[in-house]
Amino acid sequence: MRQPLAQRLWHWQHKGTPYLFVLPFFLIFCTFMLYPLLKSVYLAFTCTNGPRSIVWVGWDNFNYLCRDRNFWIAVRNTLVYAAASIVLQLPCSMGLALLLHRQWLRGRTLLRFAFFAPYLCGQVFVAVLFSVLFVPRFGLINRLLQLVSGHGLELRWLGEPSLVMPALIIVTLWLYTGFNMIYFLAALQNVDQGLYEAADIDGANAWQKFRHVTMPGIKPIVVFVVVMSTIGSFQLFELPFVLLNNGSGVNQAGLTIVMYLYQTGFETGNLGYAAAIGWVLVLLIMSISALQLRLGRSQP
Amino acid sequence: MTFDRTLTGPRVLVHLLLAAMAAGMLVPLFWLGCAAFKDQDMFSVLFWSPHPTVRNLQKLLQLQPTFLRYLLNSFFLAATVAMTQLFFSALAGFALAKYRFRGRTLLMGIMLATMMIPGQILLAPLFELICHLRLTDTYLGIIIPSAISVFGIFLFRQSMQQLPDELLEAARIDGCSEFRIFWEVALPLTRPMIGAFCLIAFMGNWNSFMWPQIILHNAQRFTLPVALAQMRGAYGSEYGMLMAGTLLSIVPPMILFFILQKEFISGLTAGAVKA
Repeated sequence: MRQPLAQRLWHWQHKGTPYLFVLPFFLIFCTFMLYPLLKSVYLAFTCTNGPRSIVWVGWDNFNYLCRDRNFWIAVRNTLVYAAASIVLQLPCSMGLALLLHRQWLRGRTLLRFAFFAPYLCGQVFVAVLFSVLFVPRFGLINRLLQLVSGHGLELRWLGEPSLVMPALIIVTLWLYTGFNMIYFLAALQNVDQGLYEAADIDGANAWQKFRHVTMPGIKPIVVFVVVMSTIGSFQLFELPFVLLNNGSGVNQAGLTIVMYLYQTGFETGNLGYAAAIGWVLVLLIMSISALQLRLGRSQP
Repeated sequence: MTFDRTLTGPRVLVHLLLAAMAAGMLVPLFWLGCAAFKDQDMFSVLFWSPHPTVRNLQKLLQLQPTFLRYLLNSFFLAATVAMTQLFFSALAGFALAKYRFRGRTLLMGIMLATMMIPGQILLAPLFELICHLRLTDTYLGIIIPSAISVFGIFLFRQSMQQLPDELLEAARIDGCSEFRIFWEVALPLTRPMIGAFCLIAFMGNWNSFMWPQIILHNAQRFTLPVALAQMRGAYGSEYGMLMAGTLLSIVPPMILFFILQKEFISGLTAGAVKA
């Protein structure tokens, strides 16, 4: 016996709904993610002069990349920045998280807000702020340095090529220490309390508890934060761009890979070369992330 | 299990240490708040001026176009993007959480893969596409490409998975259409997640610089980051005005965060804890 029409319609409505619900995602994904992704592979082998003139050049872009001095400066700067971010900043975040994790701590919400507030400002506004803080002789940073150590009034943070990277790293420390601290704090709070009690029963001291209960417990999030921070560092653009007044600074001292991509693609207009840079960046990020994930998995 | 919460000597020291570090962290922001109201004595006085002035705010309002315009633009854009992302992400997350359909695993795999692609390789071809669609220098050119958020989809999928199926079945038996089930049953139950995601999406767009910088040309449409970066170039020595503008730009997210602190942090870390 055939089911009545209403029932069949209702059945198809129920069956078809999930597809309908994911349709917006799928449409926008195909148009604004998949298509550009495939197009960028094509673009990487072309040279453009504005969006209307495209010329196929084969491997020329990549050949030129190997010899492009500016590109390698950008790579060097980005690598130094990423390494410093991980090595200097993450231990500070972890230290803060450990301090804030004490049960007897008062005012945790306020402290958390204080440390997290810089992140809320976003790279661009922070860059504008620090462009004034770094002003030689009058800016706050130099004045405070002078107060504390007796030197430093004349440091030209944004004008001296060797000081640009330290300036960037200082701002990054300010921006992201609290942000990563939140993740580490969440990780610490997620470790099973029962394990600590069991360790106490077994007579473990504080260091042993840290080594054998805390560290394995927080490892997944630590790995996550390290990978995320690395990926974020490699994508650095807005902070140096705005800090150095829409440019790369003296001697390209603040040039990062993404900044170079932006300059070649949207200031010079060579979208093809920019696409090639983009793909090299992707390969770089993916290989380093894969390495980090593998290292994170193999530790005992 | 009880915790020993008495304040012994060393513990007081830790509190003092943390308080000092927190204060140090806030010094630049405090300086910003003071600087926005300083004019001639910007550098002669270290922090708060004995003669605070609203000259800087006046200068901002007298700009062409007025700074208020940039504020409104940012508000409009960030709110619109947040709402759009919220709607589409919750919809897709609901579908992934509560329905079994062909291609579900494949779709999730695709979504996971997109999270690993750095956005920068899409910039060049996306710009070319937007040019062909004649959407340059429009807000649609910003809203539509960022209408989906895979992060949001996963967040909502995770929180909606915990909704009891019986509730949805009951609504279905009552003759509710699937969309109404989503809109009137599932959504209200995920309110905390909605708050967290809205805040994250709003702030993400509020601070967004690169894409608006690329897309927008008409100064009337500039958002705050683009406008401020340009002001830094054009009015580089008008420190007071720059600082007042920066202060105005960071206050809205701060307020939002202060109200929704818990939701924001739980939303941020929800992804990591499950990772």
